[in-house]
Amino acid sequence: MTTAAISAVPVRTGGWRSRLRRRRPVLNVVLALIAIFWLVPSIGLLVVSLRPESAFTQSGWWTVLTAPSRLTIQNYTTLFSQGLRPGGLLDSLITSAVITVPTTILVTSLSSLAAYSLVFGRWRGRDAVFLVVVALMVVPVQMALLPVASLYKLFGSATGFNPFGTVVGVVIFHVAFGLPFGIFLMRNFYNGIPRDLLEAGRIDGAGEWKLFRRVVLPLGVPAAASLAIFQFIWVWNDLLVALIFLGGNAHAPLTVFLFDQVRELASNYWIVSTGGIISIIVPLIVFFSFQRYFVRGMLAGAVK
Amino acid sequence: MLSGRTFGLRRPSTARAVAVPVPAPDTPLGAAPLAMAKQPGGGGGWRSHTGSLLFILPAAIFLGAIVVYPLVATLVRSLFDNNNGSSFVGLGNYKEIFATDDILIGLRNNVIWVIVFPFTVTFLGLVFAVLTERIRWATAFKTVVFMPIVFSLTASALIWRAVFDLDPHVGMVNAAVQTVSDVFNPPGLYPIDKSAGQALSNLASTNVAATASATLQSTSTVSSGGVAKLGLVGISPFTLQMLNAQKVQVPSAASGGVVGVVWRDFSPTHVGVKGTVFPDEDGLPGLHVSLLRSDGSSAATATTGLNGAFHFDNVGQGQFHVQVDSSNFGSGFTGISFLGTQSITPTASLSRTAQALLSVPLVDIAMIIAMLWIWAGFAMVAIGAGLASLNREVLEAAHMDGATEWQTLRRVTIPMLLPVLIVVFVTMLINVLKIFDIILNMPPGTSQQDASTLALLIYNTGFTANPATGLASALCVLLFILVIPAMLLNLRRIRGT
Repeated sequence: MTTAAISAVPVRTGGWRSRLRRRRPVLNVVLALIAIFWLVPSIGLLVVSLRPESAFTQSGWWTVLTAPSRLTIQNYTTLFSQGLRPGGLLDSLITSAVITVPTTILVTSLSSLAAYSLVFGRWRGRDAVFLVVVALMVVPVQMALLPVASLYKLFGSATGFNPFGTVVGVVIFHVAFGLPFGIFLMRNFYNGIPRDLLEAGRIDGAGEWKLFRRVVLPLGVPAAASLAIFQFIWVWNDLLVALIFLGGNAHAPLTVFLFDQVRELASNYWIVSTGGIISIIVPLIVFFSFQRYFVRGMLAGAVK
Repeated sequence: MLSGRTFGLRRPSTARAVAVPVPAPDTPLGAAPLAMAKQPGGGGGWRSHTGSLLFILPAAIFLGAIVVYPLVATLVRSLFDNNNGSSFVGLGNYKEIFATDDILIGLRNNVIWVIVFPFTVTFLGLVFAVLTERIRWATAFKTVVFMPIVFSLTASALIWRAVFDLDPHVGMVNAAVQTVSDVFNPPGLYPIDKSAGQALSNLASTNVAATASATLQSTSTVSSGGVAKLGLVGISPFTLQMLNAQKVQVPSAASGGVVGVVWRDFSPTHVGVKGTVFPDEDGLPGLHVSLLRSDGSSAATATTGLNGAFHFDNVGQGQFHVQVDSSNFGSGFTGISFLGTQSITPTASLSRTAQALLSVPLVDIAMIIAMLWIWAGFAMVAIGAGLASLNREVLEAAHMDGATEWQTLRRVTIPMLLPVLIVVFVTMLINVLKIFDIILNMPPGTSQQDASTLALLIYNTGFTANPATGLASALCVLLFILVIPAMLLNLRRIRGT
């Protein structure tokens, strides 16, 4: 991706901008200090994760500036060598992925389908339905936790499979709460697709499914990518839903893994810092690979 | 062309720049007819246009079962009792909310967040957006400041919990404060940490006693030509090692002066024997000692050597006490409890309910700083996008008319940006109303209750071993009611035009 993606909108005119960007030494220094301030806390976490376990309370992490040779990847090898032990770091990493990937795929595809229906469908009441969807965007997840938990139990007693305490239960919940924003974003994008395109297809006798698959879906790729990236990072970073719907499940995502270690921070900070870095790396890679799409999704999600 | 397209987001507006993904130049819209051309005619699938109704079905089922139904269920549940929900209590649960101090603390914190955070983060975002327009490395700056958004709030909370840690060996902020503090209030070589239960009087062993002015003083007097021996205990071997202490050596008496020694009154070979200077005992180096006249004034000062010995020369006539000065025991800076419950408003003398309503615990400020670190990047990029989409000609015109940069900003740019600023403000408002992860992870256990918010209260009431389901549901409804204005604003913006 291009590095300029974060600027969101390309520069238009040279004159104004170049006049703004004349030499300003003081401003440059001030902004450099702010940038350092922004970086330092994360660097601290990284350095702590690279220091021996015992060093945490003995001296500040910044003392490595004078003795960088003390850094070690011991903490990482220790945590990863535990292998797939339930509740371990590697297990949590996999659990996070197992929750996040299906959710992302489901939200993106179901939102695209629904948005197609809302934009190109010819049933009555589409506008009213869209308004409901917009209204649902701000509903706090807390509203649904208790009723959905009992709904899951009800489903369990009827079918023999209770989604409560399983990854399936978490995914279902995330998908439902990801949909309003997903539909909102996709609908707004599809709205910009000229209707004539579809009319032409219809005259040629293409069915709705075919129009969706062959025309609208390919055109909507940029929006779908924004939605998918946004959704991925959102779900990857969720704590509350996993905390509640995984219940006492031994396999927990990274956020729950970190939460469980917090109680005894001083003695566990080597685990917390190492797990924290691991949990951060995945969304960071996604962010830097698809910066443009993420920023766009983020800006569109300004109402969430 | 099609009916029912009376609203939507087709009309361009400044707010739209933020709310809607404007099809970017790279959108393959231009290639669309080509894609059509590849379409083979005919084909199966749904032939009827109403067939597309089926497309919305999966989403509708999810939304109906997991979002809409629970909305109603929680609303109903909030009117029933806490146990199994069999008896109707009307608004009883809501009354309980406002009659429980612990819940009021949470509501108060929500109010603090709402007052402080959305405004501050929008302001910061505006400042950053405006300033980055004026530097050449804007992309690098924006990336750095934007980055924390992709971290989980849990990870960010843990990062900042360490940053604000009480121990200056762990917490960066306290380490910085300590560095400054040590210049003005340096710690002694033998610090006494009163908060850890240490006391000066515990150090006194032989011929020495603690005074009211935080010094140690010899109990016996000494005169010119005499030798004073002061025995202390409770000094850690680690401290002695750090100070390079040597074995104790009692200096020989000198005429006209007072000599003496301060030593560690503990011998490994004579455990329990106090008051005798054994050769395997350590001297206490680096202590500031004074010779006091009988009226309490200082006749001379000295510092003990590595073997604990000190000398006062030409002291004159009279009886003297030897004093070990208080500066030796100063603990210096021991850390500010940024994540503690200390209120920055003076509420200590008020009633418990008044405290719950009016206190502003330090931990709230620490968490707000962490949240600013997380969200300022979003505000900056959103406002920056709005800034970039402004009409340059208007800005050029202002410049031509002789307006300074500041005037242009105040009179032209900010008014034009207002819709974007409102969107960012409202987004951040909803965000902090629901704030949960930070509250759960950043404050240590001891200050969690003082830091709680509505979302945390819901978690702690509804999802413990012994849940109060009715009360938790009422809290959920309250949270929902609080976001309704934002919901209406969204709807107005969608329909707006």
